[in-house]
Amino acid sequence: MPANSITIVDYDSGNVYGVSRALEHLGYNVELTGDPDRIANAARLILPGVGAFDAAWNLLQERNLVKPIQDFVASSRPFLGICVGMQLMLEEGTEFGNHQGFGFIAGRVERINYAGADGTPHPVPCVGWYALHSATDIRDSLMQNFDDDDTVYFVHSYAARPTNDNDVLAYSEYNGNRIVAALRRGNVYGVQFHPERSGASGMKVLNNFMSVT
Amino acid sequence: MTNIRLIARLDVKAPYLIKGVHMEGLRKLGDPQSFAERYYNAGIDEIIYIDAVASLYERNTIVDIVSQTASNVFIPITAGGGVRSVSDARELLRAGADKIAINTAAIKNPMLISEIASALGSQCMVLSVQAKRRDDGNWEAYCDQGREHTGRDVVEWVTEAQELGAGEVLLTSVDQEGTCKGFDIKLVKRVAAALRIPVIASGGAGSIQHLDDVVRQGNATAVAMANVLHYEKLALPVIRETMRALGLSLRPYHASE
Repeated sequence: MPANSITIVDYDSGNVYGVSRALEHLGYNVELTGDPDRIANAARLILPGVGAFDAAWNLLQERNLVKPIQDFVASSRPFLGICVGMQLMLEEGTEFGNHQGFGFIAGRVERINYAGADGTPHPVPCVGWYALHSATDIRDSLMQNFDDDDTVYFVHSYAARPTNDNDVLAYSEYNGNRIVAALRRGNVYGVQFHPERSGASGMKVLNNFMSVT
Repeated sequence: MTNIRLIARLDVKAPYLIKGVHMEGLRKLGDPQSFAERYYNAGIDEIIYIDAVASLYERNTIVDIVSQTASNVFIPITAGGGVRSVSDARELLRAGADKIAINTAAIKNPMLISEIASALGSQCMVLSVQAKRRDDGNWEAYCDQGREHTGRDVVEWVTEAQELGAGEVLLTSVDQEGTCKGFDIKLVKRVAAALRIPVIASGGAGSIQHLDDVVRQGNATAVAMANVLHYEKLALPVIRETMRALGLSLRPYHASE
């Protein structure tokens, strides 16, 4: 496949179309597929997802997509999980009981606190635009070229709690709570926010992912 | 603090953007997609499309408008009006919407809220409520653009909808809608206090002071604007910078060239 190609896992988990439209807008050659072979053999793979952790996992299982995604990741080609697609990269989700995830990154996915650091209440889900604070050196990574005015759109009730701080690329802050916004371990990237719905800032993230090797 | 969302609400009678007062006397304003693109470039945080006539005629006419918009507007789009089933909702998602707003069909069959939340996720299930003041100081939920009584108390209804899986509430005051005279702050405050999901205040935005009031006093975490934007009474960059200067928390936005 050409270098500007991207494969998106289509498994009926909410809005995969937004991701594909944004990448097409940027001029990439987008393949939206639920075919296990095409996914296992993709040059570059995005796993989107919305809704509950276990529902998304079950959809992948029903479509025999767990193994192809594991095989893809084992091959060291670039992988990006978005929202619930990112949450599935951890070992365990806790929404509607405990459920196993891919375990590409050590840690769990847990509900966002119902109060801020100072005890003030806030709505859950967290819905809105927030800045990213880099946790590490982000050169050659998803947030390169980000500046202080870049913000991205979040909508989620659960958030990743990775075991190793080294796996965290960036945090956001929701009423004083530190939220894991972006993860990386080797060729595996994940973002809690929606780059496809985050205007020009989100486009930077998608372009950056398309250039990681 | 949480970042307040500025939302453009576009009521549509396909193929036109329309605007009325108290949800009646609809006037054609132009092509909805070009308004949406203008707001996107000026830094709006989200777009809401409501098909104003769909539930009257039992059809959905905004799929094409959503689809065209989603090719150029890369922020969250909510679509509603006449959505009666999970398959209607899926059709709008496929067209490029991120969230679905439902009023009439949810009143008629509250379990539709659970069906959409479990099929597509709670974050996708926006309960749209048209609230009218009652003489006893409470509010009643209405259907069909504020024409039809439902007999449901607004606070009870939104609480039930939250338990059924609604992820957000679009709360429109029929009394204030289209007047540019300010939000029904008591309504917003009562509903926000009853819920843990976000509440979008809609109906009555006419000035930056109104927006400030409904956030500070009403505890809204998102504000929807229509006339004030459509008639260019206020410019989005001015709204954003003024609210920030007043001490409210909103994301920074500077238009790119």
